[in-house]
Amino acid sequence: MAVWDWNYAFSILPALVQGLGLTLVATVLGSIIAMLLGLVFAVLQRGPRVIAIIVRGFVEFVRSTPLLVQIFFLFFGLPTLGIVLPALVVGVIALGVHYACYTSEVYRAGIEAVPRGQWEAATALSLPPSRIWTGVVLPQAVPRVIPALGNYVISMFKEVPLLVGIGILDVVGRAEEAGDTYFRYVEPYTMAGLFFLLLSYPASLLMRRLERRVGAI
Amino acid sequence: MSEQSNGAGEPMIVFDGVEKRFGDNVVLSDLNFTVAPGEHVTLIGPSGSGKTTILRLLMCLESVTRGTIRVAGDYLSHMEKGGKLIPADEKHSREVRKRIGMVFQQFNLFPNMTVRGNLIEAPTRVLGLSKDEANARAKELLDLVGLGEKIDEHPSRLSGGQQQRVAIARALAMQPDVLLLDEVTSALDPELVAGVLALLRDIGESTDITILCVTHEMGFARDFSHRVMMFDGGQVIEDAPPDKLFSEPDNPRTKEFLKAVLSH
Repeated sequence: MAVWDWNYAFSILPALVQGLGLTLVATVLGSIIAMLLGLVFAVLQRGPRVIAIIVRGFVEFVRSTPLLVQIFFLFFGLPTLGIVLPALVVGVIALGVHYACYTSEVYRAGIEAVPRGQWEAATALSLPPSRIWTGVVLPQAVPRVIPALGNYVISMFKEVPLLVGIGILDVVGRAEEAGDTYFRYVEPYTMAGLFFLLLSYPASLLMRRLERRVGAI
Repeated sequence: MSEQSNGAGEPMIVFDGVEKRFGDNVVLSDLNFTVAPGEHVTLIGPSGSGKTTILRLLMCLESVTRGTIRVAGDYLSHMEKGGKLIPADEKHSREVRKRIGMVFQQFNLFPNMTVRGNLIEAPTRVLGLSKDEANARAKELLDLVGLGEKIDEHPSRLSGGQQQRVAIARALAMQPDVLLLDEVTSALDPELVAGVLALLRDIGESTDITILCVTHEMGFARDFSHRVMMFDGGQVIEDAPPDKLFSEPDNPRTKEFLKAVLSH
C-alpha cells in the first residue's frame, strides 16, 4: 500500500474544506471577542484600583492555565450551573476570553506608549475621561498594536483544533473522522497541516510587513 | 470675563499656604501669593525650584498636599460642602479648570487629528459649541497665530514653531480667563523662538487674559510681565516688577541666578 493515495486525498478534500470553514468561523468570532474584550480589560486596568486588581487577577489566572482546561471547564462546568450552550458557542467564548487576556497586554503596551503629555493636554482642555480615551489615547494606541494583535489571531487560528475535544468538527476534527473511517491517517493530517501552513504563513508575512510600517511595540 | 462676576478687586488666582510634596521631597512649602485679573506674572528660578509645579497644580495635573488654591473665587483643589472644605472631585475640578488654558513645552498637539480637529475638539465637546461656531473660532485663531492656511494639515507636517502656535490657538479656543505658559519656547529651535514670543506679546496686549508664565527667556520676561516672582527651594524669594527685579534685585540669590542665566 502506498504511503500517499491521491484518490483518497481528493475524496476527503470536501470534508476537510468544510471543516476549514468552521475553523475560520471560530477564529473570526473568537478574534472579535478577543479584540473587544481585550480592549475593555486594558482600559479597566487603568481604572479604579479595585476593578484594576480584579481584572489583573483574572488576566493572570487565564494566562497561567491551559486553554484546553478552560475549554473543558466551560463545556462541562457551565451546564452544572444551568447554562447549556452549543459546543461552538462555548468554543468561541473560550478562545475569545483566553486570547482577550493576551490582547489586553498588547493594548496595554500601546496605551503606555502614548506620551504622558497627550493625557495632560487632553486634561488641560477639560475633556471628559471617556473622550480622552476615545478621541485621544486609543486612536494613537491601537494602530500601533495592530500587527501584534494580528499575530494573536494567527495563534488562535492554530489553536482552534483544541475544540475537537468538545466535539467540534473543524478541519482537524474532519481529518480525524476521515482517518478513523478509512484507517488512513497520513493524507488527512498532512492536508490539514498544509491548510494551516497555507493560511498562517502568508498572514504572518503580512503582519511582519505591517509591523515595519507602523513601528513595532 | 469673570472679573465682573466675582466682584471688584478680587484676585484671579490665590495660593494660600500651599504645600506640595512628592514623597519626602518638598517641592513647594507654605506658598502664598495672589495674581490680579489681567496680570502677567513670570516665574523664574533654578530648575527644580517648583515653578512648573505651580502651573501643574493650577491645571489640576497635580494635587496640593496642603493649603488651598482659588481661581476666580472658586476653590480649585477643594470644594465646599456643608460649609466645610473637602478635596475636590473630578467633576468640580473640571468645571473650574475650564477657565484655565495651558501651553506645554512639548506642544502636545493630538497627532491623530488635523489642526482643525485639535482646535475644535474641546470647544465642541466641553463648551458645547456647534461645529460651525467652533470652526469659525478655529479659523479666526489660526489667522491670529498666522497659520490660517494650515487648518487641514496634520501636526506632524508642521515645524516646532508652527506646532506651538497651534497649541497656543488651541488653548485660546477655550477662551480661558487664565493662560499658563510652561517653558513654551524651550523645545524650539533658536530661530523659531522670536516668532512665538512675538505672538505671545500680541496676545498679552490684545486680551485681558491673566497669564502665568514659566520661562528662561529673560528678555521676554522683562518686557512681557507686570510682575516677576523668583523661586528658590519651593518658596518665592523675591516678587517685584521686572524693572526692579532685573536691575536691582534685593535677594543675593536672585542676583546670582540672574548673573548665571544672563551671562551665557
